[in-house]
Amino acid sequence: MAWSSALRRIFSHPWVLGVLGILTVFGVWLLVTSSGLVDKLFLPGPGAVWLAGTEQFQRGILVADAVASIRRVFLGFMISAGLALPIGIAMGTNRTICNFLEPLMALIRYMPAPAFIPLLIIYFGLEELPKVMLIFIGTFFFNTLMIMDAVKFVPSELVETALTLGGRGLPILTRVVAPFVAPQVLDTYRINMASAWNLVIVAELVAANEGLGKRISLAQRFLRTDEIFVGLIVIGLIGLLIDLGFRFLMRRACSWAN
Amino acid sequence: MHLQVSNVSKSFGEGRDCKLVLQDISFELVSGQFMALVGSSGSGKSTVMRLIAGLERPSAGSIHLDGELVRRPGSDRGMVFQKYSLYPWLTAAQNVAFGLSLQGRGKAEIRERTAYFLDVVGLADAARLLPRELSGGMQQRVAIARALATEPKVLLLDEPFGALDLQIRESMQEFLHDLWKTTGLTALLITHDIEEALLLAGTVHIMAPRPGRIVHTVDVRLDRSDLRHLRVSQPFLELREELAGRLRSLDGSLL
Repeated sequence: MAWSSALRRIFSHPWVLGVLGILTVFGVWLLVTSSGLVDKLFLPGPGAVWLAGTEQFQRGILVADAVASIRRVFLGFMISAGLALPIGIAMGTNRTICNFLEPLMALIRYMPAPAFIPLLIIYFGLEELPKVMLIFIGTFFFNTLMIMDAVKFVPSELVETALTLGGRGLPILTRVVAPFVAPQVLDTYRINMASAWNLVIVAELVAANEGLGKRISLAQRFLRTDEIFVGLIVIGLIGLLIDLGFRFLMRRACSWAN
Repeated sequence: MHLQVSNVSKSFGEGRDCKLVLQDISFELVSGQFMALVGSSGSGKSTVMRLIAGLERPSAGSIHLDGELVRRPGSDRGMVFQKYSLYPWLTAAQNVAFGLSLQGRGKAEIRERTAYFLDVVGLADAARLLPRELSGGMQQRVAIARALATEPKVLLLDEPFGALDLQIRESMQEFLHDLWKTTGLTALLITHDIEEALLLAGTVHIMAPRPGRIVHTVDVRLDRSDLRHLRVSQPFLELREELAGRLRSLDGSLL
């Protein structure tokens, strides 16, 4: 039948089902809360969450919190990404450096980053530095090892071709290795950005004056579940936007790899 | 141009794991010559090429190009690989220009030579396409153009058509033959395909495996005015059969 094939065509679009999945959960949420089966104190309805969100926005704290959290994430992640790139490339191209650093990194990688929080507070106090450091610790080793792996898998033919064309030294790195691994490096950053975003919230739950995580822990103290929901949804949306940003960047900068 | 390979041996590994891959390889290649090394896998024919390219160093013996000892890779020995022959993020033209820009040539010169060599391999229209938009045969033609653009003294071809379909392979062989006739390049071709070697090369070395060594050398004197006709002509088929028999007996003695 015509309508069934049209329907199938609509559902084959990757976005349609994704949006439908979100809408389903939203619908169930609306249904459960409006039926009065659940205490509003535990599960506020979409309307209440929207109100709490707009109120936070009008008071200016929503934007201030988001900016505070985003700043920490970007600062910590930029240091992590910036250091991981040369070290990962060095490990991927040089056996000695790799043998020296890989066991150490593999060990630290398995220490949960949040377990460093007490130490970081003792060392750096309660200001910005311990939070930025936490994000650095939580992402640097993953970033480095994943970049190292990408570099190790550069086909030797690509490097050797450059050598037989008269290339030597640094240009091999910048003009062959770097462009080849660029898509994987961007993907590494995209994946590990998610943990950076998780860690900033954890750090703020422990100690902070502002930030999306801090707002959630304050809301818990006053049993403001609607504000907790606002925090969770905003955190999710910002994370999604960052993810999409990386994907966009990858499509633009590395169209050859798609 | 004079390439001299003298008593070259190559082993990999050390101590008990030491494996002799090439034993006492010697031959000479002069300007305008087209030479082929034919052997089954394990005959070390690719290693010979890597040694000449300077990507590996011989364990014994020496390789000289115009009297100078080969120590490292250089643009006087252009190379074309079977796999990953092009940089996937660069267009066909940028691939051809790659060696020239590595050498720091001027922009105008690069543009001019790139256009010239793309035209030589018949791909002037494909200049702006990425490798993934090119067929396998076109990709190898770009790789050849890129190797030629830096004007090497000798072109090293390591199974350049090994990954291509039979029909494309045949047309690429004709392309390479025409290229050799028109440009007068000097080439060393590595292949496991006797037909390919006999079609293209004036001198064919047959290599035996484990350890790799040259066991037989043929000077091919055939009328190459029409390759398609040559492929099915009687003297060609006889020569091919004779060499195929030799290769088979080499492999058979190992079973």
